[in-house]
Amino acid sequence: MNTIPDFTISPRIDQVGVEERASRFTKRSIKNETKINGLKLALNMIDLTTLEGKDTDGKVKQLCYKAMHLHDVYAGLPTVAAICVYPSMVGVAKKALGDSGIKVASVATAFPSGQSTRDIKIRDTKFAISQGADEIDMVISRGKFHQGEYNFVFDEIAAIKEACGNARLKVILETGELGTYDKVRKASDIAMYAGADFIKTSTGKISPAATMPVTLVMLEAIRDFYYKTGKKIAMKPAGGISKAKLALHYLVMLNEVLGEGWMNNEWFRFGASSLANDILMQLMKQRTGLYQSGDYFSND
Amino acid sequence: MAVKKNTLKLKFDSSRNLAPALESKSVAKIAERYDLFINGKFEKPSSKKYFDTINPASEEKLSSIAQANAADVNKAVVAARNAYEKGWKKTSPKERAKYIYRIARIIQERARELAVIETLDGGKPIRESRDFDVPTAANHFFYYAGWADKLEYAFPNRNPKPLGVAGQIIPWNFPLLMAAWKIAPALATGNTVVLKPAETTSLTALKLAEIIQEADLPPGVVNIITGAGATGAALVNHPDINKIAFTGSTDVGKLIQKAIAGTNKKATLELGGKAANIIFDDAPLDQAVEGIINGIFFNQGHVCCAGSRLFVQESVYKIVLQKLKDRMETLIVGDPMDKNTDIGAINSKQQLEVINKYLKIGQQEGAEMFQSACSIPKKGFYCRPTIFTNVAQSNRIAQEEIFGPVLSIQTFRTEDEVIEKANNTPFGLSAGVWTDKGSKIFNMTSKLKAGVIWANTYNKFDPTSPFGGFKESGFGREGGLHGLGAYLKV
Repeated sequence: MNTIPDFTISPRIDQVGVEERASRFTKRSIKNETKINGLKLALNMIDLTTLEGKDTDGKVKQLCYKAMHLHDVYAGLPTVAAICVYPSMVGVAKKALGDSGIKVASVATAFPSGQSTRDIKIRDTKFAISQGADEIDMVISRGKFHQGEYNFVFDEIAAIKEACGNARLKVILETGELGTYDKVRKASDIAMYAGADFIKTSTGKISPAATMPVTLVMLEAIRDFYYKTGKKIAMKPAGGISKAKLALHYLVMLNEVLGEGWMNNEWFRFGASSLANDILMQLMKQRTGLYQSGDYFSND
Repeated sequence: MAVKKNTLKLKFDSSRNLAPALESKSVAKIAERYDLFINGKFEKPSSKKYFDTINPASEEKLSSIAQANAADVNKAVVAARNAYEKGWKKTSPKERAKYIYRIARIIQERARELAVIETLDGGKPIRESRDFDVPTAANHFFYYAGWADKLEYAFPNRNPKPLGVAGQIIPWNFPLLMAAWKIAPALATGNTVVLKPAETTSLTALKLAEIIQEADLPPGVVNIITGAGATGAALVNHPDINKIAFTGSTDVGKLIQKAIAGTNKKATLELGGKAANIIFDDAPLDQAVEGIINGIFFNQGHVCCAGSRLFVQESVYKIVLQKLKDRMETLIVGDPMDKNTDIGAINSKQQLEVINKYLKIGQQEGAEMFQSACSIPKKGFYCRPTIFTNVAQSNRIAQEEIFGPVLSIQTFRTEDEVIEKANNTPFGLSAGVWTDKGSKIFNMTSKLKAGVIWANTYNKFDPTSPFGGFKESGFGREGGLHGLGAYLKV
């Protein structure tokens, strides 16, 4: 095991520099076959998400059907990577998805605020696992993080990781509540050293959710962790990515920061609900040369 | 996990193999032949000679350019003198500003065309000419247009007066932008101009001549004559020139200073550089690596203020080098007209030979060379991004200006040591400092002998900010309020 660094002195981030770098990725011009491949890859990286108080069995089943049949008019499309739901919906989703190969991810640990006891968070996690969740999306205790209690945050992540068993753990930093890139970097380091399989930007309940500079800071943290330990950590920006073009910008960034080894859905995900249809529309545009009405694409 | 430190390398082949995204050449109207712009008209050279200008990315000929001899230079200077005495020096400042604003706006209107021609003629990536060269050139005209009627406020109680006729000689690395740096302040202060662009990159200056015609600037206020060194020498030696403004190599700068010694000609010289880019262990390292890349690979390293000497504090040397090498692998080298190209073509065959000579010297001196694994086009002049490690102050690659995408890297231990090393050069144009600690920035900037020092960034330019060197990097300032003084009797 590698030594755990002192999180009070994590690497510094220059705000101007990181934002300038992030905007450079948006200058790449992605065309023709590179665009089509990129769009299909982005589709395949989506965690199709519904996280609402009004979620019902019916809604989740419909979403699962959408996940398996994105747009049957277009033959040879990939499926999304996973469905992301609350723990109470995991059983329904698992059954609906059957042997499609699509994973079921469940938020847990008193999502989205994380304001509860460790005991309840562990039970929340174990319940989702018992229902068949393949992946757990936990939230960190932002309050404790701001209080400087990094050991508490670290131990909590380690405890949830233990409760996950074989399920992969995504650690949501909720970057919109952290305030600075320095803190995003610090939280990323804590999560990775504590055992996260993924680090994830946001719950989707707080604005701003994922942004390119925040994601860049996290990708660079993943790169440093890899340089140090040889261990790959996956990344999931979530919330606010609803356009195909923006998704391509993220893929350019991923490709130029971490390289080919991360360019698949084992190592990168988009947490999104409306992104899929925009990608489908762009794929049809590439094929037919024309934009189709949004009503040709199913809203589930 | 038994992983050896610093052996991990990321893979970036796919990031370089994007589908082509070529900018269209159709917007660029390049004539078969260009004459000299004298007294508001294009005139055939009395030498009757023309030389070829080629696209360095493909080695194909773009156009023929008139070669001005001493008689043509004289004609241009006479035109400038007449325009000055008979009209321009009496033109009201507000009126002068009007013309300069007009030029700025036409540059903006024709931005795409200018960017494409700049890239075709000079080899720089279209992304840079589109996002940097052309907009910054327009900004210079806008900025100095604003000063034209406020000179009394810039130099209160000094009664500023123009100098007369300015002879201006510009380099090939930022052809249009350098023309803007030179012409805009000269016009704002009431001088007239004879400008000579570099022989390999005359086209955008000649397009600027068209723009000046379109802006209805009185004939003779700006004259643009083309040619090589001999044309420049004739301009420098012309007795009726009041001021020489030169940007280029230190060797030529020295010749100019000798030539004008004992005359009444004023001069500003913006010459070579070998800038220190200094990374401390408390720096934001990922952004610093970006600053290294931008510092040395911007415009193929054809930048007088390029951060060509990198100093890294030893405690972070290994990680910085690892990050830098991986970052270099993502650079796209190739056709400058592709919107995804990061590093375009070297400006000329001659310059490529100079760079290759230094690559050999570096290896012979025992430095370790690393180049990214990218492929480069077979035709045209290209050089892979290159870094040298294991370099000492006594190596030629650490002392001499290479003017290409070649970085020499040294390590240091303390602030005092790096200040001494950074200043231990005949040049003094620019420097970069990377640290999270504000007090260290102020300490460094007060002790580094360089005209421009960037903190936690590099290669940032703005019309409001003066630019110029110490020591053999030249004297005089361009840009900002300081840039006005260089064209005024105060």
